Amino acid sequence: MTALDLARSQFAFTVAFHILFPSFSIGLAAYLAVLEGLWLRSGKQVYLDLFQYWLKIFAIGFSMGVVSGIVMSYEFGTNWSQFAEKAGPVLGPMLAYEVMTAFFLEAGFLGVMLFGMNRVGRGLHFTATCLVSVGTLISMSWILASNSWMQTPQGYAIDPATGRFFPTDWLKIIFNPSFPYRLVHMGFAAFLSVALVVGATAAYHLLRDARRGKAATEAVRVMFSMAMWMIAVLAPLQILAGDTQGLNTLEYQPAKIAAIEGDWTTRGRAPEILFGIPNMATERTDYAVEVPLMGSLILTHSVAGKVPGLKDFAPADRPDSRVIFFTFRIMVGLGLAMVALGAFGVWLRWRGSFYENKWLQRFALCMAPAGFIALLCGWVTTEVGRQPYTVYGVLRTVDSVSPIALPGIATSMVVFVIVYFIVFGAGLAILLRMMGMEPRYGETGPDVHEPTRTAGTHPGPAQGSAVGQAGGAE
Amino acid sequence: MTAAHVLPIIWTCIVGFTVLAYIVLDGFDLGLGILFAVERAPHDRDVMVNTVAPVWDGNETWLVLGGACLYAIFPVAYGTLLPALYPPLVAMLLALIFRGVAFEFRFKVHTQRLKGLWDFSFFAGSTVASATQGIMLGTVIQGIKVHDNQYSGGWFDWLTVFSLFCGLAVVIGYALLGACWLVWRTEGSLQARARRYAKPLAIITVALIVIVSLWTPELQRQYLRHWYVWPRMLYVAPVPLLVAWLVVVFWRSITDEAVHLTPLLCALGWFFLCFTGLGISIWPWIVPPSIDIWQASSPPSSQLFLLVGALVLIPIVLAYTGYAYWVFRGKIGHETHYH
Repeated sequence: MTALDLARSQFAFTVAFHILFPSFSIGLAAYLAVLEGLWLRSGKQVYLDLFQYWLKIFAIGFSMGVVSGIVMSYEFGTNWSQFAEKAGPVLGPMLAYEVMTAFFLEAGFLGVMLFGMNRVGRGLHFTATCLVSVGTLISMSWILASNSWMQTPQGYAIDPATGRFFPTDWLKIIFNPSFPYRLVHMGFAAFLSVALVVGATAAYHLLRDARRGKAATEAVRVMFSMAMWMIAVLAPLQILAGDTQGLNTLEYQPAKIAAIEGDWTTRGRAPEILFGIPNMATERTDYAVEVPLMGSLILTHSVAGKVPGLKDFAPADRPDSRVIFFTFRIMVGLGLAMVALGAFGVWLRWRGSFYENKWLQRFALCMAPAGFIALLCGWVTTEVGRQPYTVYGVLRTVDSVSPIALPGIATSMVVFVIVYFIVFGAGLAILLRMMGMEPRYGETGPDVHEPTRTAGTHPGPAQGSAVGQAGGAE
Repeated sequence: MTAAHVLPIIWTCIVGFTVLAYIVLDGFDLGLGILFAVERAPHDRDVMVNTVAPVWDGNETWLVLGGACLYAIFPVAYGTLLPALYPPLVAMLLALIFRGVAFEFRFKVHTQRLKGLWDFSFFAGSTVASATQGIMLGTVIQGIKVHDNQYSGGWFDWLTVFSLFCGLAVVIGYALLGACWLVWRTEGSLQARARRYAKPLAIITVALIVIVSLWTPELQRQYLRHWYVWPRMLYVAPVPLLVAWLVVVFWRSITDEAVHLTPLLCALGWFFLCFTGLGISIWPWIVPPSIDIWQASSPPSSQLFLLVGALVLIPIVLAYTGYAYWVFRGKIGHETHYH
């Protein structure tokens, strides 16, 4: 273990935890905006109930996103000070724009969205919800623009004296070649992850209600149906989006594709390795199970197409195939499972047993974490696949790290792990308990304690004291 | 006067404003957590948290903006200060995690024991975050060892009597802000107690300000150059005079039960003046005593690109932040629950 390894592990650990919350917020904020919009248009109580139900869950997820995000904005400096000094002029402004255009928008209107329903009126409240949702999308765009620039850098010059990056063309920097593909792929991933969580929550209540011999409520059925439509439409689109990003990566980062595929020699009519164990030392993939011609067909959309091999690259320039070969396959496997879930749902709708079929509900329940796992595996694939560089082909990871000593970073790593597991473990437990409760008719938002609500806006003395106790209970 | 000369000066003002906005907005926020040490009744604690529940994450966003601007505009400062401040900075980030989630978690757990734990996490997180902010400030003031644009000091360089003293000063100062905030935003017995806390806290805060002010020039003699040179003295002389004037205004308002907002404004005034005074002392360094704002700067193309956005966006941000505060204006009582 070197200080560099630990700096990387610590950054990977904190960013992996962090990415889950914004993805959850991106998907859920959009879902909340849709629910509130449906409620305002149709006036149906069920949409308001679902809105209030998911709003409380959103509040918890969002707060964990905020606090884990503050860590990220400083970790670039603590762990990657050389990188920060060299690439800061390019990446820093994009992050600052993210804060100014997105974070403040989200934080500013989150309060109104969570607690302001009775203070600002419906129209303004809906505007606040939409602004929070738009904020999450703007934030995603900026962060993906900067991440994509690290993968496919352009629009810069390098100062020969200091090795620092100088921005020369901001449009080229922001709209770098891999940005549009990543943006779409990540956006779909966030929406799918949330659809899978919503679907699984509904499936859980459908299964539990059936076991108790109780009819499922309208709210549960509505959210099950909405989630399954979303998955049925989005999962196949996500496969397409992934395919186009793969083609883009083949063009700009062939070494990454070679490592993902476990291919060592460049050739046409290449097979697709379904499974195997890449060996970086012997330069071959052991125990490979191959499908002839499929490798060329998938990557180049033609049987004769040339597929790159890792031996084309110097050993020091190769990403570690032993990691991304597997993470990529987990991601794709889960993606295919999502397509299957969506198709199963559509088929059962056609058969007329959509709300009754236990297997669909069990399948949906098992898929609850699938979106997040696929998303993390995708990020590991693209980030480990960028190695040994931080700015692809230009700045090496070894030349990016801070001058920090091993014992210090080891200590902080241990503390980070302990704190994250305690805090986010507790958060997950709270979220699961909230999702374990069924949405009720007349569901209240985060702003009201039920006793206060039923007592009206001016509680009398007796009710007032009941409120005090209720304040301690929730 | 070239762009490379002027832009860093403009940006120093903007980054300074950002840090000040953070201190002004999150100071009372953290102060409430510190006051959990003396406010033990569950419903009073709920009221305290509810006074800031709708706005706290907007407040903390200024800290993120400060980090991002430093990264974008003064990358050399970002890359040298952060490794130098590594242990207290990590402690602050973890403390902010504990207190940030406690806002939500403490209302969502269903046993008194768990709620007590998250209350403690809110208190401890707020206190540690405040103390480490003071320690980091002290570390920067006392000077950072730099070689070839990289931090070259040791793991514990930040740990000195002076930096710990600054940590204490910020904890007390934030507690004062928290107490004054409660005087403004609450009523009844809680407000009366907050008024009682504010008096000793104010006396100690002002005493600590005086001590730190006298101690600072001992650390780097050059800090004095802006204070004792004619005619610059004329521009900086109002700083200590205003601190003294605010003491008088504060004392009158805190003892007058009809006045609710003025104590908070006075306390914020002290913070503003200390911050300004500190800025005057270390100018034009950003990493004392070796890197100035021009040496730390990113190229004009980066600074200009972000400046265009900042000049448009920061006023908009301030406008809707103001709107959010206005929506949730007024006294918070036991019947107002935001959870």
